[in-house]
Amino acid sequence: MIAAGRYSDAYMVNWTSNVFPGVLGRTCDRPCEPACRRGRVEKEPVAICRLKRVAADNKDDIRARLPKVPEVRNGKRVALIGAGPASLTVARDLAPHGYEVVLYDADPKAGGMIRSQIPRFRLPESVIDEEVGYILGLGIELRLGQRVDSLKALLAEGYDAVFVGSGAPRGRELELPGRKEAAANIHIGIDWLSSVSFGHVDKIGKRVIVLGGGNTAMDCCRTSRRLGGEDVKVIVRSGFEEMKASPWEKEDAMHEDIPILNYLVPKEFLHTNGRLTGVKFEKVAAQYDAKGRRSLKPTGEPDQVFECDDVLVAVGQENAFPWIERDIGLEFDKWDMPVVDAKTMQSTLPKVFFGGDAAFGPKNIIWAVAHGHDAAVSIDKYCNGQDVSQRPPPMVTLASQKMGIHEWSYDNDISNDARSVVPLRPKEVALKDVRLEVELGFDSKLGYKEAERCLNCDVQTVFTPALCIECDACTDICPEDCITFTANGTEEDLRTRLTAPAPNATQALYVSSALKTERVMVKDEDVCLHCGMCAERCPTGAWDMQKYLLEMTHAGPACRSQ
Amino acid sequence: MTYLQKPKLHHPQLPTNGLGFTHRDYEGAISTLCAGCGHDSISSAIIQACFELSLPPHRIAKLSGIGCSSKTPTYFLGQAHGFNSVHGRMPSVLTGANVANRELIYLGVSGDGDSASIGLGQFAHSIRRGVNMVYIVENNGVYGLTKGQFSATSDLGSKSKKGAVNTDSPIDLVSMALQLGASFVGRSFSGDKRQLVPLIKAAINHHGAAFIDCISPCIAFNNHAGSTKGFDFVREHNEAVNYMDVMIGREPIVADYAPGTVEVVTQHDGSVLRLRKLVEHYDPSDRLAAINYLQERSASGEIVTGLLYVDPKADDLHDHLNTVARPLNELGTADLVPGAAALDKLNASLR
Ligand SMILES: Cc1cc2nc3c(=O)[nH]c(=O)nc-3n(C[C@H](O)[C@H](O)[C@H](O)COP(=O)(O)OP(=O)(O)OC[C@H]3O[C@@H](n4cnc5c(N)ncnc54)[C@H](O)[C@@H]3O)c2cc1C
Ligand SMILES: Cc1ncc(C[n+]2csc(CCOP(=O)(O)OP(=O)(O)O)c2C)c(N)n1
Ligand code: SF4
Ligand code: SF4
Ligand code: SF4
Ligand SMILES: [Mg+2]
Repeated sequence: MIAAGRYSDAYMVNWTSNVFPGVLGRTCDRPCEPACRRGRVEKEPVAICRLKRVAADNKDDIRARLPKVPEVRNGKRVALIGAGPASLTVARDLAPHGYEVVLYDADPKAGGMIRSQIPRFRLPESVIDEEVGYILGLGIELRLGQRVDSLKALLAEGYDAVFVGSGAPRGRELELPGRKEAAANIHIGIDWLSSVSFGHVDKIGKRVIVLGGGNTAMDCCRTSRRLGGEDVKVIVRSGFEEMKASPWEKEDAMHEDIPILNYLVPKEFLHTNGRLTGVKFEKVAAQYDAKGRRSLKPTGEPDQVFECDDVLVAVGQENAFPWIERDIGLEFDKWDMPVVDAKTMQSTLPKVFFGGDAAFGPKNIIWAVAHGHDAAVSIDKYCNGQDVSQRPPPMVTLASQKMGIHEWSYDNDISNDARSVVPLRPKEVALKDVRLEVELGFDSKLGYKEAERCLNCDVQTVFTPALCIECDACTDICPEDCITFTANGTEEDLRTRLTAPAPNATQALYVSSALKTERVMVKDEDVCLHCGMCAERCPTGAWDMQKYLLEMTHAGPACRSQ
Repeated sequence: MTYLQKPKLHHPQLPTNGLGFTHRDYEGAISTLCAGCGHDSISSAIIQACFELSLPPHRIAKLSGIGCSSKTPTYFLGQAHGFNSVHGRMPSVLTGANVANRELIYLGVSGDGDSASIGLGQFAHSIRRGVNMVYIVENNGVYGLTKGQFSATSDLGSKSKKGAVNTDSPIDLVSMALQLGASFVGRSFSGDKRQLVPLIKAAINHHGAAFIDCISPCIAFNNHAGSTKGFDFVREHNEAVNYMDVMIGREPIVADYAPGTVEVVTQHDGSVLRLRKLVEHYDPSDRLAAINYLQERSASGEIVTGLLYVDPKADDLHDHLNTVARPLNELGTADLVPGAAALDKLNASLR
């Protein structure tokens, strides 16, 4: 659709499942890209994430296509605690079915960490306002600026169900000598970022050290560069490779002249007259025991001192539920985390559901959205008196794409292009304004080029053994050497006899029933390009290209058993 | 038939040969033949053979006549030299090229119409002269390109797609090649690459005239009931006398066979052919016995395939003509115009 310029249609397909195409198209952690087949047959996967932004940036006004809220509500009231992506997804899924949704957040605006944490130069506020706005427009009752201080009290208000999407709001401390004395210039990363987002902080010292190797650290250092930090460095305990931050975030930081120093464990904050002067580090090296477990051992080299004016501590985030009473039947485990079912998102108190960072600790936006969908299905079933553990399977359809001898209703011409790089604003300009978006996104031309790299994994090769005359034409033409005709055997044995190696054991082989010569057709699906060459070359139509459509079941009548 | 080029992307773990090429590097343009045509499988066997032998593509010359089969050189070895000659005239063009430059590998690709009908005389002379080449006939028993008329290799009594019965006797190119003195003769089937690929490799390494008759079903006009060149008929009547492994240099010997079942032939260039015998008494070094056996089995309707005859010590055209070792096209004026003194000497020797 993106290649065809149908941006609004593409946006709506994406909106249904990931809820925030414009936000995620800029900020997603991209857990889907490692699964992209393009990455198996070429260096890099399709820039799926960036294509979502292309759809979002280029679409028309889609407001008329959003779901309508029924005039007569269904009489069920659901409270959502926290207005982050998890709760917003639940709201989006439930409101169109007549639920009265009440959304609480301590912050004055909805969006959760999307708004409070992710810096504006990565995600402009207008995009947040737009996409959060689509959901708030579904007749949601807003209680912004209201912190929930007691779950017990909230439950007493008689809600039919409660969803906890309160995130993991507490930044981890680093208790080292000097922490208290130099407190004025040592900041907890996520608190500092939200202060920047809400406009309470607008400058930092010239020399800044960021401690920690996750994405928060990357946002802290890049934000510092925009608020007056000239000599900004990131210092991590472990190795550069093992850092939690996504590779592209590290690249972005280094592109902004921020060095990343590794194998340095902070030991002490140095200060004179109550003012921070620097941080002392111990040099360590990675060592592996017999079981391959890694530990960091001091190398014995002299400690290193780095001078600085400010330190940002970004060494992790924690959950905190001081407002959930422990005597209401909601169990917590030994790490003081609520016991939550990973499929249904239900807690041990049947009416209370969890999702997002609140459920299993800090993850990312797209996981919060996925949890939200699952929780919405559970809440819908729960409110209809059904067993939440019975989950409906997704809807599946399969349809031939053949239009003529070499004409298909999908684009089977495989592009040879490598992944396109997202154009950036020039560094001199970008570093001057913390609210100026640094990535420009693909324009429609680059978007087309990138979309063309897609290998149409929704189109399957379907084989009909009775039609095959074993002419070898498909084997000969296949650009990936996927197809073999050979004597039958176990999958393990077949893998040793294929035209080309099939080392990915997690992808099952496609094996046909016996053919005329008693051989079978074996196809390694792992690297198939869905180019349709096999089907075009087959004289008998034994191969067909069929489109596979998988539709996840969302909350609503479809998810309920009859 | 496809309008699209084959995608450049290939399997990430594709093996490479001694030159660092994958088999994909030996491909040509995408085929425009009918989907399922046997000829395409032969192209892919040629690609595989050249890949396995690590041949530099630019040291190969592929020549052909006219026909679907003769179109195929476009579809393999895109980096090789090519010449698409007049109908039935490939052998004389190939002979000329070979005389001029003996250092290339010559691959003559032809059809049964191209070689057994219009080009029969050309075929015969190139074989009897012992031109150092691989001559492959992609034999489908019809003129595919001109819509399926019987060719000179159609079997007596075989039926055309429309039901007409062939009343003429067939020409058996393998028997003719044996009689004409070919020093390497094989027959195979486009649907059996296990047999065909080593046969092509051995033929390329053979010094002298190597002839391969490859049955290749014409999907469009000769793959129906009553045809004797269709997939089903050939699979039912294929009598393979042997399969072989070709070993170049010091490649390790892969498999062990029961004694007496393997025959080892060492060719001129040192390549070793390990023949796994399927018909116990078949002896590929006995030309006469081979001719007899072929006649006998053909009378009972069987198609004999495999390496049928090989003379590993054969001579070629250049040996017969006693030409210089350097390719003629590389000789300079000094070599070609030796001067008055040399002429006088020659004249004196003739007085
Ligand atoms: C600096 C930083 C950068 C990040 N960058 C990315 C990124 O680029 N991509 C990505 O995918 N993820 C990123 N994340 C992670 C992502 O923001 C979170 O995983 C995601 O927002 C979690 O969503 P959620 O709905 O669970 O909760 P949150 O977004 O955390 O929202 C929770 C909300 O609940 C409110 N709340 C909490 N307790 C109460 C209470 N008792 N009463 C009322 N309201 C309450 C909070 O005010 C907050 O608004 C980043 C995180 C940080 C810290
Ligand atoms: C001089 C000449 N006579 C006749 C033809 C017409 N013609 C073209 S291809 C062909 C027969 C080809 O048959 P074959 O060599 O078996 O090739 P196939 O198409 O079967 O592979 C004929 C007769 C021609 N092109 N040139
Ligand atoms: S679609 Fe067919 S030809 Fe193309 S890669 Fe897949 S199996 Fe091979
Ligand atoms: S091309 Fe078609 S008929 Fe030929 S082997 Fe492949 S599936 Fe069978
Ligand atoms: S007509 Fe016959 S020989 Fe010619 S391309 Fe088609 S199938 Fe092959
Ligand atoms: Mg023919």
